Amino acid sequence: MTLIELVRKNLFRKPLRTILTVFAIFIAFAIFGVLATFQNAMNAGIDTAGADRLIVTNKINFTLQMPIAYVQRTRGVEGVKIVTHADWFGGYYQDPRIFFAAIAVEPASYLDIYPEYLLPPAQRQAFISDRTALLAGETVAKQFGWKVGDRIPLKSNIFQQKNGSDAWDFTLVGIIKGETARVDTNFVIFQYEYFKETRSFGGDTIGWMIVKTQSPKDNANVMKAVDVMFANSPFETETQTEQAFAKAFLEQAGDLGFIISAVVGAAFATILLIVGNTMMLTVRERTNEIAVMKTIGFTSQRIFGLVIGESLLLTVIGGALGLLVAWLLSFALQNATGGAFGPMTFTPGIAIWSVVLMAMLGLLTGLIPALRAMRINVVTALGRK
Amino acid sequence: MSEALIQLKGVTKSYTRGKQSVPIFERLDMTIPQQDFVAIMGPSGSGKTTLLNLLGGIDKPTGGEIVFDAKRMDNLDESKLASFRAGNVGFIFQFYNLMPMLTAAQNVELPLLLTKLGPKARRERVNTALSIVGLSDRARHKPSELSGGQQQRVAIARAIVSDPKLLLCDEPTGDLDRETAGEILSMLQTLNRDLGKTIVMVTHDPEAARYAKRMLHLDKGHFSEKDLAA
Repeated sequence: MTLIELVRKNLFRKPLRTILTVFAIFIAFAIFGVLATFQNAMNAGIDTAGADRLIVTNKINFTLQMPIAYVQRTRGVEGVKIVTHADWFGGYYQDPRIFFAAIAVEPASYLDIYPEYLLPPAQRQAFISDRTALLAGETVAKQFGWKVGDRIPLKSNIFQQKNGSDAWDFTLVGIIKGETARVDTNFVIFQYEYFKETRSFGGDTIGWMIVKTQSPKDNANVMKAVDVMFANSPFETETQTEQAFAKAFLEQAGDLGFIISAVVGAAFATILLIVGNTMMLTVRERTNEIAVMKTIGFTSQRIFGLVIGESLLLTVIGGALGLLVAWLLSFALQNATGGAFGPMTFTPGIAIWSVVLMAMLGLLTGLIPALRAMRINVVTALGRK
Repeated sequence: MSEALIQLKGVTKSYTRGKQSVPIFERLDMTIPQQDFVAIMGPSGSGKTTLLNLLGGIDKPTGGEIVFDAKRMDNLDESKLASFRAGNVGFIFQFYNLMPMLTAAQNVELPLLLTKLGPKARRERVNTALSIVGLSDRARHKPSELSGGQQQRVAIARAIVSDPKLLLCDEPTGDLDRETAGEILSMLQTLNRDLGKTIVMVTHDPEAARYAKRMLHLDKGHFSEKDLAA
């Protein structure tokens, strides 16, 4: 027998109570794991945003257009390295309920500005040279089972063609992979020129510009220069860092971070009380045994360690089971949502946070019972007075 | 008589109850030689258990000195007293005080977890202790699967497994029938005679006290001695 085995035997001396407590911890960590995965997916755009990339939108609302001429003028601003543009197509494939982003872009500069999109050179060249070419992110391609060479008809819930059709025909020429699992690939892109010439309205306008600066140090100056340049025009602009833009975009749906933190916080506060109470009860029940252990030579510090060890083991078992389920659920969620909320990946960061939470929960719930156990007076506890 | 294992020199002990100080002993002197087997008797409230607590280092005197094996122990801090108990004293209680979730062997092994012995050495010591008390065949049984006498024998094995010099027994047969009590007391005699353990036993039972080499009667904080071997 070892001291760890002693801790384990103490923990499971009342199996039903331990199982119920482990179950409560399991639920809390499963909730944490799933919500953290979800939040992670939602924040993927923020986390992977380039530090040297800026987004220029119409100042009134980012859904409003701006003239394509702005692109050329912006290219002349000091500190700017690359400028590209994009336009929201509002596209869907067969079923409008299955969401993915469909964007009309200027091919070469768009791919240049997003080096985290990995694409074989031949596919890149095909995309630049073919007016009806379509590039699909890996998530979308997998979702619909598309292969390079497929003819893909996409419909728009915003635009119509000049000929009255709401469907555009494309040829899939390549599939974009993310540099890391955190890079969202739930999108398709196609040539702006093809879109502009065939759409029934919109003319020479674009949705937004993406600007890559020479260095992140230039961001502030470029942001100011661009907005000043287009001030007092019919299409005033608002320039933000890509990270700020992604964050503001997310916050339209409410402060998800706060909501998730509140849910997880409530779950953990409840668990803290449940586990803390269980540990207190456990120590109170064992007052006599702890006194005997002290009598035969266990120091107060060792008793403290044994009780803390017990609460840590309790939270680690429950927490690990909860995380295992959350990890499995992340795959199910990815399949169910098709990556519509971003890549549902259970990252090492979530695992590290979970371990920290387990340790904190174990220490907090064990602290008071352990101190109580440590202070048990042998003479009083054994009624030896 | 051999050298003193324990000496009490002018030991005073009092407890505070509310605002009142209740004296238990006033300047108590006592010497227990090595390999002695002494029974301590006396009326309830005479301080027998308190004396055992002081001898075992689980309580401290209010005044005076306690010397164990030529070293003062009354001034040790809590951590050193715990080490002292682990290395020098085996306790045997009236109600056995075994851990219910551990087997007999694991209960016996408990004090050895505080030593640097490896698993194999610990296992050998546990087997030896259990064979001394005649319970080798009950090693894997939990306390709830053992009779009262068997549980007390496991407690004795736990008390001797770390080979302490001193065994302190607090009414070790108080919860047992006469026949089983006799077996336990004979076992204590054997430990004293054959293994040289010094035993201090508190008891209310004059029959139990007859197994000791001598008996001390404690009353109103003073001893009167009767040599049972004589």
